[in-house]
Amino acid sequence: MGKAKKGDWVKIHTVILKPGQRAPKLPEETLHVPLEMWVKGALVEEKASLGDDVTVRTITGRLVEGRLDDILPAYRHSFGSFMPVLQDIGIELRALMEKGERHDVEQKL
Amino acid sequence: MTLNKSYEAVMARRSDVMRKAVGIDYDRFESGSIAFDYDRMMQETGYTLDEMRSIQLSCGVGRTPLLELKNLTRLARHFSDNGMGARILVKDEAANPSGSFKARRAANAVFHARKLGFKGVIAATSGNYGAAVASQAAMQGLNCIIVQECYDSRGIGQPEIIEKARKCEAFGAEVVQLTVGPELFYIFLLLLEETGYFNASLYTPFGIGGVETLGFELVEQVREKFGQDPNVVVCTHAGGGNLTGTARGMLKAACNNTQVVGASVNLQGLHMASDQHFNRKSFTTGHTGFGIPFAVWPDRSDVPRSAARPLRYMDRYVTIRQGEVFYMTEALARLEGMERGPAGNTSLAAAFSLAQAMPKDQIIVVQETEYTGAGKHVQAQLSFAQDNGIEILRGDPVMEIPGTNIVLPEHPSQIKACDVDMDRLRRSYIRNAFEANDLFHPIESDVRFLADDTKTDVSYVNKIITELASASVS
Repeated sequence: MGKAKKGDWVKIHTVILKPGQRAPKLPEETLHVPLEMWVKGALVEEKASLGDDVTVRTITGRLVEGRLDDILPAYRHSFGSFMPVLQDIGIELRALMEKGERHDVEQKL
Repeated sequence: MTLNKSYEAVMARRSDVMRKAVGIDYDRFESGSIAFDYDRMMQETGYTLDEMRSIQLSCGVGRTPLLELKNLTRLARHFSDNGMGARILVKDEAANPSGSFKARRAANAVFHARKLGFKGVIAATSGNYGAAVASQAAMQGLNCIIVQECYDSRGIGQPEIIEKARKCEAFGAEVVQLTVGPELFYIFLLLLEETGYFNASLYTPFGIGGVETLGFELVEQVREKFGQDPNVVVCTHAGGGNLTGTARGMLKAACNNTQVVGASVNLQGLHMASDQHFNRKSFTTGHTGFGIPFAVWPDRSDVPRSAARPLRYMDRYVTIRQGEVFYMTEALARLEGMERGPAGNTSLAAAFSLAQAMPKDQIIVVQETEYTGAGKHVQAQLSFAQDNGIEILRGDPVMEIPGTNIVLPEHPSQIKACDVDMDRLRRSYIRNAFEANDLFHPIESDVRFLADDTKTDVSYVNKIITELASASVS
């Protein structure tokens, strides 16, 4: 991997604004980092490697230049790790439901 | 001649770019002062309710089911006094083609773009609206570009936003992803100039008008099923369009006595333009970081005059905590068999609390749900929060500190909606209107406008004006 050929679906990365060019009134930590952009499209060049400056044609037909960041980019977001904090909520709620409404309970007592 | 593409040059051309890209000459409605003719703008540039309903019907949008949450109602009654605990209903907006009520806004905006002859649409959104515009563009045969604020400077993306990007791409849209910062607007303008596409802003009259059908429908459905009007309708509030459109639709159904409540997730203390805070919040919308600024200054949006004016319609505004919404998301799945949200369940969590203080024969409606999926799921969000150093625990939700921990209640009786002081919001809006116009001596029409825009009266506005004027002198 690491090499793409013409027409391959790729993701490119560009720095839009360098730290000194950012909008005024931003929080410090945002002022000191660049504004970056990622766009996907089909590679225009015959071939390219990760990190090369390339051009892509996006799905709307725009030509965009940037640094080759990913080839055949996949979605890797998920449902995350198992969260023990959620484990008992459903069980507790079912148990509560079996008790009936508060005033019903009070009336029975 | 090629246009200067520097940040300053593009921002300086903004009104010109926007005028071309939305096809509305906002100047026609301006008074030259604070006031503008909101009603005329909505009438002349929007669509009638019947037109909107027929546009949406032709795109498979709307007519979503109104469901009674019998188990959650019963659970709420556990913690209510005798005779209390209103019936909780939910409008299952996840049933729209793109999985949220935003399809209503998008259907109208895309329809309008096509009618005006635009080849494509652009929207700046990290939320469900992107998927909605992409879905409608696919259906109506237009190109679509969605601009997202997605990553922090480490290149780590919020999983919910990454999921929305996936969904947009599934509908054939181009997604432009950016790191944190309000300069997203600059890229947005550049793209509008480059492509000549329509700005499918969330805040145009057609975007807001699209939500009116939701308010209208829910009133019709409640009347049909229960023979009465809803007593309270809770809207998750961020930019204000959801609440504004819903409330306007309710009024068009002659539903005049229902309380309209806005609900936002409490993210107090987190800065929306902060690179470091960006991935320390577990909600990307429906939170106070948008809800309060857009309430106190609606014209901060991407159009000269926003059609979303929440304070005009809001009777009450409450906040709810992240952990409470996650808990209710879990409760909705376990007790009602519905996996939705989590962000769209903000109003549900609030309604669960509010219902307990309402009589049993009353009705409270949660006016939306949204789809769930990888990234956009209670477990995905909690797991991501944990990876970003947020402590996840069960306990009393009052202990929750946004950006530090997320506290899921130990017991559902701990879920409590907290009131935001409406007077403070109204005051703040009036002050902002003054400062933006550099005007401390408004004319009568301005005072009337501010009264309408804050759902108050002339004497209230005059009182605040006097206070502000004396404060500015001293």
